[in-house]
Amino acid sequence: MKYQVVIGLEVHAQLLTNSKIFCGCSTRFGAEPNSQTCPVCLGMPGALPVLNGKVVEYAVKAGLATNCAITPRSIFARKNYFYPDLPKGYQISQYELPICVNGCLEIEVDGETKKIGITRIHMEEDAGKLVHMETMDAGEKSYVDLNRACTPLLEIVSEPDLRSADEAVAYLKKLHQIVVYLGICDGNMEEGSFRCDANVSLMPVGSDTFGTRAELKNINSFRFIKQAIEYEIERQADILDEGRKVVQETRLFDPATGTTRSMRGKEEAHDYRYFPDPDLVPLVIGDDWVEEIRGTLPELPDVKRQRYVAEFGLPEYDAEVLSASREIAEYFEACAALYPQAKTISNWVMGEVLRALKEDGREIADCPATPRLLTDMLQLIEKGTISGKIAKTVFEEMYKTGKEPARIVEEKGLVQVTDTGAIEKIIDDVLAKEPGQVEEYRNGKEKLFGFFVGQVMKASRGKANPAMVNELLLKKLKG
Amino acid sequence: MELYELTIHELHRKLKNREVSSVEATRSMLERIGAVEDRVRSFITVTPEEALKNAEAADRRIAKGKIDVLTGIPVALKDIFLTAGIRTTCASRILENFIPPYDSTAVAKLKEKGIVLVGKLNQDEFAMGSSTESSWFGTTRNPWHPDYIPGGSSGGSASCIAARQATATLGTDTGGSIRQPASHCGCVGLKPTYGRVSRYGVIAYASSLDQVGPVTRDVADCAIMLGAVAGHDPKDSTSVNLPVPDYSAALVHDVKGLKIGLPREYFIEGLDPSVKKAMDEAIATYQGLGAEFMEISLPHTDYAVATYYLIATAEASSNLARYDGVRFGHRNTDARGLLDMYMLSRDEGFGTEVKRRIMLGTYALSSGYYDAYYLKAQKVRTLIMRDFIKAFETVDVILTPVAPTPAFKIGEKFNDPLQMYLSDIFTIPVNLAGTCGISVPAGFSREGLPIGVQLIGKPFGEETILRAAYAFEQNTEWHKRKAEM
Repeated sequence: MKYQVVIGLEVHAQLLTNSKIFCGCSTRFGAEPNSQTCPVCLGMPGALPVLNGKVVEYAVKAGLATNCAITPRSIFARKNYFYPDLPKGYQISQYELPICVNGCLEIEVDGETKKIGITRIHMEEDAGKLVHMETMDAGEKSYVDLNRACTPLLEIVSEPDLRSADEAVAYLKKLHQIVVYLGICDGNMEEGSFRCDANVSLMPVGSDTFGTRAELKNINSFRFIKQAIEYEIERQADILDEGRKVVQETRLFDPATGTTRSMRGKEEAHDYRYFPDPDLVPLVIGDDWVEEIRGTLPELPDVKRQRYVAEFGLPEYDAEVLSASREIAEYFEACAALYPQAKTISNWVMGEVLRALKEDGREIADCPATPRLLTDMLQLIEKGTISGKIAKTVFEEMYKTGKEPARIVEEKGLVQVTDTGAIEKIIDDVLAKEPGQVEEYRNGKEKLFGFFVGQVMKASRGKANPAMVNELLLKKLKG
Repeated sequence: MELYELTIHELHRKLKNREVSSVEATRSMLERIGAVEDRVRSFITVTPEEALKNAEAADRRIAKGKIDVLTGIPVALKDIFLTAGIRTTCASRILENFIPPYDSTAVAKLKEKGIVLVGKLNQDEFAMGSSTESSWFGTTRNPWHPDYIPGGSSGGSASCIAARQATATLGTDTGGSIRQPASHCGCVGLKPTYGRVSRYGVIAYASSLDQVGPVTRDVADCAIMLGAVAGHDPKDSTSVNLPVPDYSAALVHDVKGLKIGLPREYFIEGLDPSVKKAMDEAIATYQGLGAEFMEISLPHTDYAVATYYLIATAEASSNLARYDGVRFGHRNTDARGLLDMYMLSRDEGFGTEVKRRIMLGTYALSSGYYDAYYLKAQKVRTLIMRDFIKAFETVDVILTPVAPTPAFKIGEKFNDPLQMYLSDIFTIPVNLAGTCGISVPAGFSREGLPIGVQLIGKPFGEETILRAAYAFEQNTEWHKRKAEM
């Protein structure tokens, strides 16, 4: 393509505070409409906002985790526009002096690491929700639900540093991972707790002047962001190819068709008449508090991943999977504290544990096979009480019932047979039953060895120690 | 003397000594309201049932010996204060039938002390005006002369005191809205320092300037009312967390050595001779009491009115956006579609002056004009603030007229907004500076209309201006005259 793509993302993350940003109402999702409201979030005459300190703390966390500078004195501003879901006729946001500025994130695309600038992070309140309903008598009616009004949001604005849809997705995933890791956002894109607008423009390759951008709205999954941007790139490239000009506008993404359509042009753009909110005093944040918050930050995924490689000697891939979410990492680390073979743990977590969880849609925090049970089971393998193969059966049962692995082994009689005599007897029986095969083996068809192992294991109902089976079988066949 | 004529401290003494009951005092007040209301029209809503219920509760409380200085005292409130279950209109059609679900903090504090609420008072619509003529509920008349305005925007708060329809009232002051009507009606009116009294539950006009304050018969009552409503409120982030002094204890009768500044810029041409005379006499009175005078300069005074009309209207344009007909207030039901509903509801709901200020403020904040208007005004505001800080390095209080003229005639300036705006020229700078000011009766015009003078104090210097006002009052007779009705 002869055009360079330029993308900047604006992400809205709903914060996981118990109460709203400017009043004490609950932020719980899914309550009876308008049941979680008060004079403040209803925009009643005379009501005044009071800032929720937890929101500031979460904003600072987000800022520190994305390498931002924390503004010592930031200002809340009013963004003025009329809409029925906006009770006061303005949204309290931040404008000229946001709480966090000048951050960055590193992303990796096609094996290359790239730094993406974060212009700013600011706090703001969400609007309510309109519900349109067909009524029996009065045609279509619109209802306003203000439960969501005044719930806290962070808006995280990137620099126009992204150069492809893949980079945009990588950045968004990274940011998503961080806010979820920090425990400040549940990251639920479908419910809109983490949503994204994309500014997309094209310029001729080699140019340093950005082209006219379109702002894409209503993108609520990683798949859609890629689709929306790719569609938009194609659309703008076609326009430029024809020698026409891209119009500055806001475009709505339609997930059904994978296309974008014009929502409003530059002329219809709102003049939000931002000005400092006189109801809220400037927010002053001391260095001490910032440092205190820094002290509470969890280890972030990038650092964790590197540590897993360095400390546990795990392969990059394992380290990445295990550090992908804070919960998986916590599970892994709890195991690692109980059992020294990190790679063995990693194999089990990435294999059986995640598979089982995925199958019944459970979170790892609710995994019935707790780190202690899993590592107890690994010890049983190491001691030779059970084989790795039997362990899979034990795991299934442990996952189903949460029972101690040793008890499962005992109840089901799964103890590994390590008695030479007992194993030899099984081997003898198997060889006696298959004289033809024995003959073939002895005539050079060594591939049949696997067959004999399988038969012996089967005859022992999987309980024979596989190493011993190998050794004794070889001896007998050669003998 | 009739019970309705008493001050808070006089009535309190009688209640405490069980000479009278609150119910008796309240009945007296309700009768008085009934007798003169047609001539004054101080009230938007009179609340006789609520009042008698409050009075009975107060009497029970007094019987238990739990009397506060405000227990059982008949009080009326500017209709800008939200009162739970009692219609609160802000003198606007858009809130004509609005019943608030909660009390403003100031009201809650007064209720806790056991006041008797006799009604809600007229004002300029959304406190925008200097004459109470912009009210949707009609014009209030000056009790001293029915052809004259009572001042505004807290016109009803002042007329009600002058007409003796309540023992004390609360108003709000954004650019002079307590002090100017107090001056025009011969009452005491105090605008506290910004942040001294909670604004929670007070309908916002210009948030960075609005402040709640008392309008009363005398300075002692003013101190009582201020003490009752002042203090930090966790629900108002701009309220200041400073202890509330005992304002009544500050009322000592001594201004010897008090340094009083006279700002050169306030002695302008166009100052009415009767106002000039009242100022001269006030200076003489203070000199006689041993106060020291010095000329000072507040060099940015000339820019105050323009600055105010940019900042106040900008904030108002945003504050009044919530009156959209969606959740409460007036809604046009014939509207086709959302935009139509917004436009018709607001067009019908707001009066001319409110619309004018919304448009002014919207313009001042518009993209491309913000820097030249709103931002510039904020810078000038800082300069005006600094003028006062500098002046207070050398003086304790500043003495000025409250308004350039006594009350003007009804209709005289209503169609000349600029002239109307200029009537607040001496009070506006105090709001811009965020400090405190009090208006005390200091004379009368030839037409027999009261004239007040203003004492401006340092931020949180309410005790000093109350003391200076008290000393003046105790050495003059102006406050003893009563409007003949």
